[in-house]
Amino acid sequence: MRYLPLDTEDRRAMLDVVGAKAIDELFADVPADALNPPLDLPDHAGEFAVERQMAAMAGKNRAAGAGPFFVGAGAYRHHVPATVDHIIQRSEFLTSYTPYQPEIAQGTLQYLFEFQTQVASLTGMDVANASMYDGSTACAEAALMARRVTRRDGILMSGSLHPHYESVTRMNGGLVGGKATVSEASPDGADNVIDLISDETACVIVQTPDVFGNVVDLEPIAKAAHDKGALLVAVVTEAVSLGALKSPGEMGADIVVGEGQSIGNALNFGGPYVGLFATRQKFMRNMPGRLCGETVDAGGKRGFVLTLSTREQHIRRDKATSNICTNSGLCALAFTIHMTLLGETGLRKLATLNHEAACATADALSAIDGVELVNDAFFNEFTLRLPKDAAEVVEALAAKDILAGVPGSRLWPEDESKHNLLIVAATELTQDKDIEAFANALKEVL
Amino acid sequence: MSMNNQGRPSRPEDIEVQSVETFTGNRALQIEEALIFETGHMAATGVDLPEPKGTRSRLGGLERKGTMNLPGLAEPEAMRHFVRLSQKNYAIDMGPFPLGSCTMKHNPRLNEKMARLPGFAEIHPLQPVSTVQGALELIDTLAGWLKELTGMPAVAMSPKAGAHGELCGMVTIKAALEARGEAETRTRVLAPESAHGTNPATAAQCGFTVDAIPADDTGRVDIEAFKAKLGDDVAAIMVTNPNTCGLFERDIREMADAVHEAGGYFYCDGANFNAIVGKVKPGDLGIDAMHINLHKTFSTPHGGGGPGSGPTVLSEALAPFAPIPYVVSDADGFHLIEKRSQEEGDHHSFGRMTAFHGQMGMFVRALTYMLSHGGDGLRQAAEDAVLNANYVLARLSAEMTPAFEGTCMHEALFNDDFLKDTGVGTLDFAKAMIDEGYHPMTMYFPLVVHGAMLIEPTETESRHELDLFCDALLSLAKEAKAGKADKFKAAPVLSPRRRLDETAAARKPVLRWEPSNDESMAAE
Ligand SMILES: Cc1ncc(COP(=O)(O)O)c(C=O)c1O
Repeated sequence: MRYLPLDTEDRRAMLDVVGAKAIDELFADVPADALNPPLDLPDHAGEFAVERQMAAMAGKNRAAGAGPFFVGAGAYRHHVPATVDHIIQRSEFLTSYTPYQPEIAQGTLQYLFEFQTQVASLTGMDVANASMYDGSTACAEAALMARRVTRRDGILMSGSLHPHYESVTRMNGGLVGGKATVSEASPDGADNVIDLISDETACVIVQTPDVFGNVVDLEPIAKAAHDKGALLVAVVTEAVSLGALKSPGEMGADIVVGEGQSIGNALNFGGPYVGLFATRQKFMRNMPGRLCGETVDAGGKRGFVLTLSTREQHIRRDKATSNICTNSGLCALAFTIHMTLLGETGLRKLATLNHEAACATADALSAIDGVELVNDAFFNEFTLRLPKDAAEVVEALAAKDILAGVPGSRLWPEDESKHNLLIVAATELTQDKDIEAFANALKEVL
Repeated sequence: MSMNNQGRPSRPEDIEVQSVETFTGNRALQIEEALIFETGHMAATGVDLPEPKGTRSRLGGLERKGTMNLPGLAEPEAMRHFVRLSQKNYAIDMGPFPLGSCTMKHNPRLNEKMARLPGFAEIHPLQPVSTVQGALELIDTLAGWLKELTGMPAVAMSPKAGAHGELCGMVTIKAALEARGEAETRTRVLAPESAHGTNPATAAQCGFTVDAIPADDTGRVDIEAFKAKLGDDVAAIMVTNPNTCGLFERDIREMADAVHEAGGYFYCDGANFNAIVGKVKPGDLGIDAMHINLHKTFSTPHGGGGPGSGPTVLSEALAPFAPIPYVVSDADGFHLIEKRSQEEGDHHSFGRMTAFHGQMGMFVRALTYMLSHGGDGLRQAAEDAVLNANYVLARLSAEMTPAFEGTCMHEALFNDDFLKDTGVGTLDFAKAMIDEGYHPMTMYFPLVVHGAMLIEPTETESRHELDLFCDALLSLAKEAKAGKADKFKAAPVLSPRRRLDETAAARKPVLRWEPSNDESMAAE
């Protein structure tokens, strides 16, 4: 077995040193009838045999790059520069652990410090943590944090929040007595969330661009929340939008959570991704997750360490702000490398290209008879109302090798009023010929 | 002096060197590196993008104005920046990384290669199920391996790491209690004092109170004390097996029977599964739920702190409450159950742990690793992991003090008795290992052992490498006993940084770079 350096002679000699005659003496505490059970599994295999097996499975999937592709709703297909994937595969990053020994982990710590700075700047907040698992779990953590800060139970979510985020937040919040409510939001951006804010509300959770693609002005919501002593949690599932849109911080958000996948990370069928979590200075000690901070070493040189760990599970145990331990370090590194390559100039341009691709796609599709564009303001994603069930349309288009977007029934199975909706995303990778193919095929299947 | 024919000296002169200060602060291959915010420019970019067409914007008047303070770097600068940073890190590819409880084993690059196949890396979680049959097949296959290796009937695949798996297991238990109408009354969770911090944190996150079970003097759960704590308000026990002292809980079946008798569930923390994979099926021991850290046992890389993956196996009693989504198959192929209304039979899921379907990228790596090992190789890996730990335990016992008598499982635990009166503490001892070229072991965990040093070599260290490691530690232990405390207090001195001031970092936290006033980047 190629991964195991010990040979039979080593094992015998080592057992001698240990003072055991056979390996199973070391397993003497295991109930005898449970030891060495039969395993209905194949034996070990060499590289090419394994590659064949994996490639056979991979080959049954339609990769995004294999043809026209317009799927979004919380995960987006963007180009990742070759440099990113090269660097994250360097041994020193890939095969290190959480930086518990800072003297020999400055590489990880410094990029985490850079990541935190980038995320805080992008979201318009004061501080950011060193990552969460993904956007949805970051959203749930924000609700828990808002409850700690306000000592209130109400978790008010906009109906235009991604339904997966809503369900993760509802589940986590409910475990400890949180009361979740969801506003009525229509795909065109109308939302009664402000009317539902009360003295019991710990936080109002609003996504922008929302799940239908609408760009949301958070300012009036922030004001209404603050008037009642509640926090505004802004959710961003498309990080590239921050290059084009006013930051949630500027619009008055108290906590910004997001999905960082779009910058540096592949689609990966939903994970691993990287959760962004940022807030205002005054709430810093209430944050979940790891934080990297600047300090000096014994020789007076600048260095970085994990800090404020008295918030965390390994010190505070049942009083910790969160149970998170392993987070998304390497995905955060990918984010930071890509963000560094882009810089502000590149990010703005990338955002503009995304927006233009979406505008072109929206125009081409909404020109089709019976197809209605529901949004006025959107970034790189929008919603179409179709004359029939969108899931059927998506299947019919998939048969023509066009991945058309996310049908309403996939996200809201129980809400039939949304089943004719199709959420369509375009990015810098969308080509004119893809849009044309989509429009032509859509005409045919309607 | 010997010279070559151009007059260039070709042999070093024998000159005593004390300490060298350099003009740059660099130390040959160790190069100081500024933050990107100090070297980058607002106009710089390392990505060439096509020119936008100039379409009228439809952003609803919410355009971003002003600088974001996000400098860029050209590609060669970025490459150098991150490569230099990387060289300040220790890694498993450089040498032993004996962090107990973390299972730092070799990470095969075949795993990375497979995870990057476009058919896995470039598929969207919400594209039609008909276009991702291979992805669902992979999840189903991995689930099959996990069920076979654990002897458990069901597995929830979506948890994102170990702690998230714990949460999944405990929420499932809570849902099962709710279905029995006992969620209000069963509010207490028992967990050993030696438990990892995530266990009590998870229980608290579920709204349970945590009651600590003491250890006996062999390092295992004190079974009588444990039984005395059982009652009809106990929701569950959370026990790690092998435990965080590196020992197998030999009374595990008795514990399982007792907690079941009392109407509670058995959550097993499976972070240490590497010690027993292929040797014992936890399902044969009476557990109800257990997370598996794919980033430990199944070698998906730790990546400097994640991402991980924490699939959670469930017993017959808990399976009906498993989170959505999950994969089922029939003659038509694989299906993804993503909504409660699709559930059949007695399934009533508690909801979602996360958006989408879990850590697919990690599933690919873990399955690649499993197929490479096969059932036979996994069993051999567990045996070698346990043998390596016992070898280290036996050799180091010559100078260091084991926390408990007898053999261990996959990790060797020492206390700080051997350092008594030397003026050297566990921290100092660990830091001195850095100068010797080793990543320290886990320190001060588990909490039940004074000055704990927890060493987990894993199966991927050779005997030669273990001998060098043991020789180095034995020599350090002798030096400590010989009164060389100063050396230990100063250590490390050969690393990219010496000891860092954590107190200062926490007192006045600086968590981001700030543009200083005189150097206005915004003006550029
Ligand atoms: C015993 C034990 N339990 C749980 C965990 C948590 O796992 P993760 O870091 O993947 O969340 C760890 C890992 O650090 C551990 O060692």
